[in-house]
Amino acid sequence: MQTLFRKFFYGDYGEEKNLAAENNQPKQTISEWPLWEVFIRSKQGLDHKHAGSLHAVDAAMAMENARDVYTRRSEGVSIWVVESKYIHASNPDDADALFDPANDKIYRHPSFYELPDEVKHM
Amino acid sequence: MGTNFEEQFQQKIDQETKIEPKDWMPQKYRHTLIRQISQHAHSEIVGMLPEGNWITRAPSLKRKSILLAKIQDEAGHGLYLYAAAETLGISRDEMYEQLHEGKAKYSSIFNYPTLTWADIGAIGWLVDGAAIMNQVPLCRSSFGPYARAMVRVCKEESFHQRQGFESLLVLSKGTEEQKRMCQDAINRWWWPCLMMFGPPDDESPNTLQSMQWKIKRFSNDELRQKFVNMIAEQVKVLHMTLPDPDLKWNEEKNQYDFGKINWEEFKQVLQGNGPCNKERMDARRKAWEDGAWVREAANAYAAKKSIAS
Amino acid sequence: MTTKEIENPLIKFLLHLGDNALIMGHRNSEWCGHGPVLEQDIALTNIALDQIGQARNFYQYAAKLIAEKSGEKLTEDSFAYLRDSWDFKNCLLVELPNGHWGRTILKQFIVSAYKSCLYQALTSNADEQLAGIASKSLKEISYHLRWSSEWVIRLGDGTPESKQKMQDAITSIWPYTNEWTNFTDYELNILGDNHWNIKENWETILKKVFLEAGLSIPTNGYQHSGGKMGNHTEHLGYILTEMQFLQRAYPNAEW
Repeated sequence: MQTLFRKFFYGDYGEEKNLAAENNQPKQTISEWPLWEVFIRSKQGLDHKHAGSLHAVDAAMAMENARDVYTRRSEGVSIWVVESKYIHASNPDDADALFDPANDKIYRHPSFYELPDEVKHM
Repeated sequence: MGTNFEEQFQQKIDQETKIEPKDWMPQKYRHTLIRQISQHAHSEIVGMLPEGNWITRAPSLKRKSILLAKIQDEAGHGLYLYAAAETLGISRDEMYEQLHEGKAKYSSIFNYPTLTWADIGAIGWLVDGAAIMNQVPLCRSSFGPYARAMVRVCKEESFHQRQGFESLLVLSKGTEEQKRMCQDAINRWWWPCLMMFGPPDDESPNTLQSMQWKIKRFSNDELRQKFVNMIAEQVKVLHMTLPDPDLKWNEEKNQYDFGKINWEEFKQVLQGNGPCNKERMDARRKAWEDGAWVREAANAYAAKKSIAS
Repeated sequence: MTTKEIENPLIKFLLHLGDNALIMGHRNSEWCGHGPVLEQDIALTNIALDQIGQARNFYQYAAKLIAEKSGEKLTEDSFAYLRDSWDFKNCLLVELPNGHWGRTILKQFIVSAYKSCLYQALTSNADEQLAGIASKSLKEISYHLRWSSEWVIRLGDGTPESKQKMQDAITSIWPYTNEWTNFTDYELNILGDNHWNIKENWETILKKVFLEAGLSIPTNGYQHSGGKMGNHTEHLGYILTEMQFLQRAYPNAEW
């Protein structure tokens, strides 16, 4: 009995060896529709925020898919879509160089400046 | 190489810092996640089928709309999850391929049939209820994209459970036949739902690593017990019973004791011998194969347009 | 129940609109979980939901009118679940089987194009409630039309295989198109002079999209009709058998 369940990771899925993913070689199928990133403005006046991704053949389809997938519950008033390959992301290895220098510049933050109580709402 | 990265990685996990796709991660962490997330995604997609079975037979226009929207939510969940897995370097097509070839698994619960309308309510209440138990802790999964997808999923899932319960509540107050339908559905879904949490902890050795990496937050048995405690109370509201003579409140342990799960049945379903394994996979494969010319044509059209512009 | 004896043109017209929306939505809903791509599965289900929602609006209004006139208490479900096929007033096209994705899209496109013209005309109807439902539905329909036109063009101008499939689908569906604009007395009664533009506007949309898709419209051939008067294809009976099963098997139960 013990051995039957050897390969379980989670839940009631069961397990089998030799998943393709184990080879760490993402198989690129030519026919797969490109991936897009979706950004949604939840209400007028707010920034667009990353909502998720989807597949579509072109921008028009990506826009419609985004509407159908990510705004079914009135989550948005405006949508941006951009094909994922056009997103340039910073490299985590550069994080120290890019972001740490900002940590000691407290003078960039409002709480650094102490004002007398009489000055309200500044 | 390795130790240092691995130490830093574990440190991050211990400090509850999320891991993001481009961060360094151990291969095994990546594989475990791909496996878990894709199985989860497959479950959502295959899970559309047993409920989809009743779309055209829903008993009122209101119920039809609710059911259709619910199944559509599941398609959305599958989509969010595939996208989360894709950030780890596997394509959705590849995951589909694993599913269609039988290499990747999905939740066994969806290999059970939906025989009456009450099954739709039972799936919402019990299956989605069990799924939420599993899923809420995953909103804090150490892998950022998975955690974020799960936040979206859980928001929608929790109201599916309410929907299901409400639908059974109506049956439980209905005609004798409806009550019978309701009890029958609970009887058939109860034990398979307990199996949804996976085998007992002492037979599930990989849980430990997953918990250390905070991919998983509670053990199978812990979650199962929580579920039993919850449902044993809720079923009283329906004036129905759970099909377990050993179910009773244990004052000392402050929890419900319950009977033995038939793990032999579980094993059989996993091996493909459940009532609907073949039907489910056939339906998925057929949808995929029938859609090939459509996907190809859309690609061809987009290629023409991008050359033209 | 039977609505055969209903002679009020507005009620007949509402049932005609409701039946078109319901049966089309029902056919679309058969795709749920079986679409060619996950995103498109979700999209078509949205359209199915919109149409079922429209049907409910028309049925609810019809029920209200009947209650006012005769005191008979009906609900939206009375119309969907307790009528036989001879009482349904939908056009034949919506009850035809889905076939492949392209054929389903084509049906949706033809219907959406027609509805966009019809509902536009209805927004200025003297009956305010009808005009209100039409305006609300029109927003949904504009999206359905946009989505389905793009797909018709995409598949018509995609691969040789997809083009052939679409052309074949047009050939088989075309005999069910004239019925939409062969107006019955009850339609003319409600539409009045407004009906003149509908046919022309509809044909303009169809021609434009088919031209862009590189698909040709059959020029002649027999045209079927009868749906609006309750004479249906064999398909409707099966749709109703499935749809009405629970209501028929367990009469008067609440769900």
